Amino acid sequence: MSRIETLDARTVELLARFRTGAVPALARAISVVEGQRPGFQALLHEVMASGPQARRIGFTGPPGAGKSSLVAAAATTYRVRDEHVGVVAVDPTSPYSGGALLGDRIRMNDVATDPGIFIRSMATRGSLGGLATTTKEVVDLMDGFGFARILIETVGVGQTELEITAAADTVVVVLVPESGDAIQAMKAGLMEIADVFVVNKADRPGSARLVKELRQALHLRAGSALKDIPAHHGVDLGRALKRERTTDSAAQEVEDWPVPVLTTNALTNEGVDDLVDAVERHRSWLVESGQLEERRRDRAEGRVRDVVNRELQRITWSSDEVRRLLGEGVLGIAGGEETPYSVARRITDALLR
Amino acid sequence: MSEERKIRILVAKPGLDGHDRGAKVIASAFRDAGLEVIYTGLHQTPEMIVSAAVQEDVDVVAMSVLSGAHMTLFPRVKKLLDEAGADHVLLTGGGIIPEDDVAALEAQGVGRLFGPGTPTSAAIEYVKEWFSAQNTA
Repeated sequence: MSRIETLDARTVELLARFRTGAVPALARAISVVEGQRPGFQALLHEVMASGPQARRIGFTGPPGAGKSSLVAAAATTYRVRDEHVGVVAVDPTSPYSGGALLGDRIRMNDVATDPGIFIRSMATRGSLGGLATTTKEVVDLMDGFGFARILIETVGVGQTELEITAAADTVVVVLVPESGDAIQAMKAGLMEIADVFVVNKADRPGSARLVKELRQALHLRAGSALKDIPAHHGVDLGRALKRERTTDSAAQEVEDWPVPVLTTNALTNEGVDDLVDAVERHRSWLVESGQLEERRRDRAEGRVRDVVNRELQRITWSSDEVRRLLGEGVLGIAGGEETPYSVARRITDALLR
Repeated sequence: MSEERKIRILVAKPGLDGHDRGAKVIASAFRDAGLEVIYTGLHQTPEMIVSAAVQEDVDVVAMSVLSGAHMTLFPRVKKLLDEAGADHVLLTGGGIIPEDDVAALEAQGVGRLFGPGTPTSAAIEYVKEWFSAQNTA
């Protein structure tokens, strides 16, 4: 594969240590990418050459739903199966001070010294999609380092921070009985991205009700609300009818993924095995339905767009001529001779010349 | 485009004492000063602290020790950091630590240690100055 730029001595040395499996080298590589320090794109280019291997699982949901605890519990389960696990946990940066308190490790202390687990905390640094600007790239580094599983935990989200779909193969949406009723579930956003729903803290009052309402809402969305029967238990009339309609079509379509609604109690480990199994079943479905390839293609396209946007921004705002045109233009706007649009046009024309 | 480099600091509470008010106060103060603070909670072993420091690639480890075990905990963490190839990390901290012990620990390569009554601004200034000295040298 072609090089994109000459690697400097420091990057070459870092890459060499990274490839021997040295944990500090992974940690430093993440800092280089996170800080977008010189050479970070060349580093990613080298590390990503072998393509995506790891199974990427996203955990998202409102603050305090138990995402960190559930990630820790799932990581423990994967470790019992002797898989190496990478964890990226994102917490918010203060828009006022630029600082952040990253507290996800507090819930992960039981796995903190297991050499088969690597946990990295990231601050959003101004990004608004529920992940940090470079979280996806950090996941690629962990993939390239050789982790079989990568668990990605978003910040506590509301309804529209959905970037996790662009980072994970399987998205687990974690709710708690206090999260609200079915109307919340019928709104756009968070509820549409779940591959697996988890109602955590299921020992609390209201969990059975939320599970039932979620299942009903999923039926409404699938157009199969004929009966109040959970999708993955017993006969589902809507699905049966649908299958009848499509059996003679030539394409042997794989059925839609029936989004399961599970209950867990992360602190006692109840339901965690079921969650891990559901993620596994979703993985099989992704492969059989061709969705994995599709999601990976979408991800690759999104990444190229992101990198091009980032480069264009950098090129634009680091250009002396652009700065000059901007400075002059702002004066012109103040003097009433220009508008922001005429100045912007002059800048883009200058760039394209 | 790469903005000003963020200082990453691990605030750690080692050993058995359960008094984490100080650690929480200093963690919040560092956050408000624009640092990225990783807080791992109570009852950390030196091994847990060093493992977190390495994985998080922090610049600074700040330990709060109120148990009287500082003469064990600081040297142990310092030794493990050095063994893990993280000798570039500043180990600092605070707690109820007698002056003689402070001097002894500083002689072993531990950074400045802050006692009760220190304003948080003193610790913040110390960490920021150390960091800029490291990154201009």
